[in-house]
Amino acid sequence: MAELTKKKVFGRPSSLKESAFHFCPGCHHGVVHRLVAEAVDHFKLADSTVAVIGVGCGVFLYDYLAVDCCEAPHGRAPAVATGIKRVNPDTFVLTYQGDGDLAAIGISEIIHAANRQENITVIFVNNSLYGMTGGQMAPTTLPGQKTTTTPAGRKPRGDGYPMQMSELIASLPGSVFVARAACHTPAHIRQAGKAVRRAFSAQLEGRGFSMVEFLSACPTNWRLSPEEALRFIEEKMIPVYPLGIFKDELT
Amino acid sequence: MREKILAKGSVALAMGAVDAGCRCYFGYPITPQNDIPEYLSAALPKAGGTFIQAESELAAINMVLGAAAVGARAMTSSSGPGISLMQEGLSYMAGSELPAVVVNITRSGPGLGGIAPTQGDYKQATRGGGHGDYRLLVLAPSSVQEMYDLAGAAFALAFRYRNPVMILGDAILGQMKEPLLTGATLPLPDPPAWALSGARLRQPRLIKSLYLQEGEMTAHNWKLYNKYEAVKRQEVRVEVDCPPRCTLVLVAYGSCSRIVRTAVERSRRRGFAVGLIRPITLFPFPEAEIQRAAAAAKRLLVVEMNTGQMVDDVRLACAGTGAVYFKGYPGGEVPTPEQIEQEIERIIKAEELRRWRN
Ligand SMILES: Cc1ncc(C[n+]2csc(CCOP(=O)(O)OP(=O)(O)O)c2C)c(N)n1
Ligand code: SF4
Repeated sequence: MAELTKKKVFGRPSSLKESAFHFCPGCHHGVVHRLVAEAVDHFKLADSTVAVIGVGCGVFLYDYLAVDCCEAPHGRAPAVATGIKRVNPDTFVLTYQGDGDLAAIGISEIIHAANRQENITVIFVNNSLYGMTGGQMAPTTLPGQKTTTTPAGRKPRGDGYPMQMSELIASLPGSVFVARAACHTPAHIRQAGKAVRRAFSAQLEGRGFSMVEFLSACPTNWRLSPEEALRFIEEKMIPVYPLGIFKDELT
Repeated sequence: MREKILAKGSVALAMGAVDAGCRCYFGYPITPQNDIPEYLSAALPKAGGTFIQAESELAAINMVLGAAAVGARAMTSSSGPGISLMQEGLSYMAGSELPAVVVNITRSGPGLGGIAPTQGDYKQATRGGGHGDYRLLVLAPSSVQEMYDLAGAAFALAFRYRNPVMILGDAILGQMKEPLLTGATLPLPDPPAWALSGARLRQPRLIKSLYLQEGEMTAHNWKLYNKYEAVKRQEVRVEVDCPPRCTLVLVAYGSCSRIVRTAVERSRRRGFAVGLIRPITLFPFPEAEIQRAAAAAKRLLVVEMNTGQMVDDVRLACAGTGAVYFKGYPGGEVPTPEQIEQEIERIIKAEELRRWRN
């Protein structure tokens, strides 16, 4: 009889701590955390990474990711990351930011960091509203989407149009890798993992600014069940925020 | 190597920072402090350091925060509106216990104000300026030499206490030229033990100011408080020039103290027994020295280039002992020694008249 051998095909990334996520059921922050941890493991970066954490539901990243972490004021993570990377070019520097953090209060910092071709990697979680503060409108809120500050639905004229940050950042010559991914199906999660690894490579090769935007579920503030939230991403978000790689200058 | 040169105040400060091991500067242009970034944009790359002209003061102070988090001696400089924009970052840095040096070459306000020298930012500097229960250590140079020396002292204090330190200058100090004796360039210190560097052969580290667990924030506030109490006990710097039997002691800092000193010397030549206290640290404030002077002379005259800010600290220090007079010159008006001399004479004569009448 042929001998049975055991091979581990799936497990917790070693840079993901054993603690249980605090996120709401169906939230995608946890999935994004895991993808980041997998990439950290893949490139063996656990002992050379400094993660800069924006203000939002991802602020407790340090409870889950076993790397050095620094909190940044709301929106300023790319500036903090710039300071870190310029002093220590050998550390791997990533920022973890929500859409309020990156596209509203911090839009200046993200654009200028990309424009300076800072050699950092940005993980951008777009859940179309402000999760942590209770579901207010963000620059990424969809037209017509109800939030606690757009009770009648977002009216683009006056409230603003949904901001396509990946397209915007990709248009800057300083960015070298920009992609938008989603986590609502296993296939999308696999794609997203690839994009994160590619973004990490950009920094590891010293090429410059890289960013992966995630369309991320916030069932709690969308007032949807986790399952309905997956459909919301497919049917409502992706038409406004097409998935794909907007720029890849790594060859 | 020590060298004697003729230098502008702003440049002396920048040189002092580099000699003290500062290798990163992040800033945004604003008058009247542009000499500092202009000098450092050439000097830092030459010294193997980093200079970034940031997109705003918000970005600049947060770049400083990042550099500080990995243990670097980082600095920024600005004035008025720019310093206001940095307050959030300074509050985060105090909360996260990160060291840095922030230079405010003041201009007048509120608002866009004017670019003439004033001391209108005293309270913003000494009360913390941003949100929350914290302080900055504040140094007030009054000469080109002190601009250089206090830059080095500021970095030493920032790292000793893990807190941002502000150097409060003004347009006079920034622009004037005086002889400067530069010091020995210090060897670059190793990054401190708490700095982020990647968790190699150790547990991951965290730099943060968010404390949500029950009791954590209270404990953190008391920890910071105890630090500031230690600063008050150990770091007061002040120049006291009070001859015996003074009947009036003047209190002034920064460029204003130079004018006041001239007035004091002239008044003494005319027979008035007047003294001068010049705080060099504004936080910690030289309370004990002020108290002693108030007890001995019974009268203090505070002269500031504003409508009255440090005078409140002088009153607190005196705690009712003696009379505290104030003479203010806001909005870019710089007093002449004659004006202050007249004020000294007026106070002393009025007092003599009062005594004679009694
Ligand atoms: C200067 C400042 N303004 C406002 C806030 C309050 N605040 C905390 S998180 C947040 C929005 C977070 O939304 P987002 O970045 O989209 O992240 P999410 O929670 O949705 O993941 C806001 C406005 C703050 N912390 N600081
Ligand atoms: S509020 Fe939204 S973003 Fe925040 S943890 Fe809950 S589901 Fe996730």
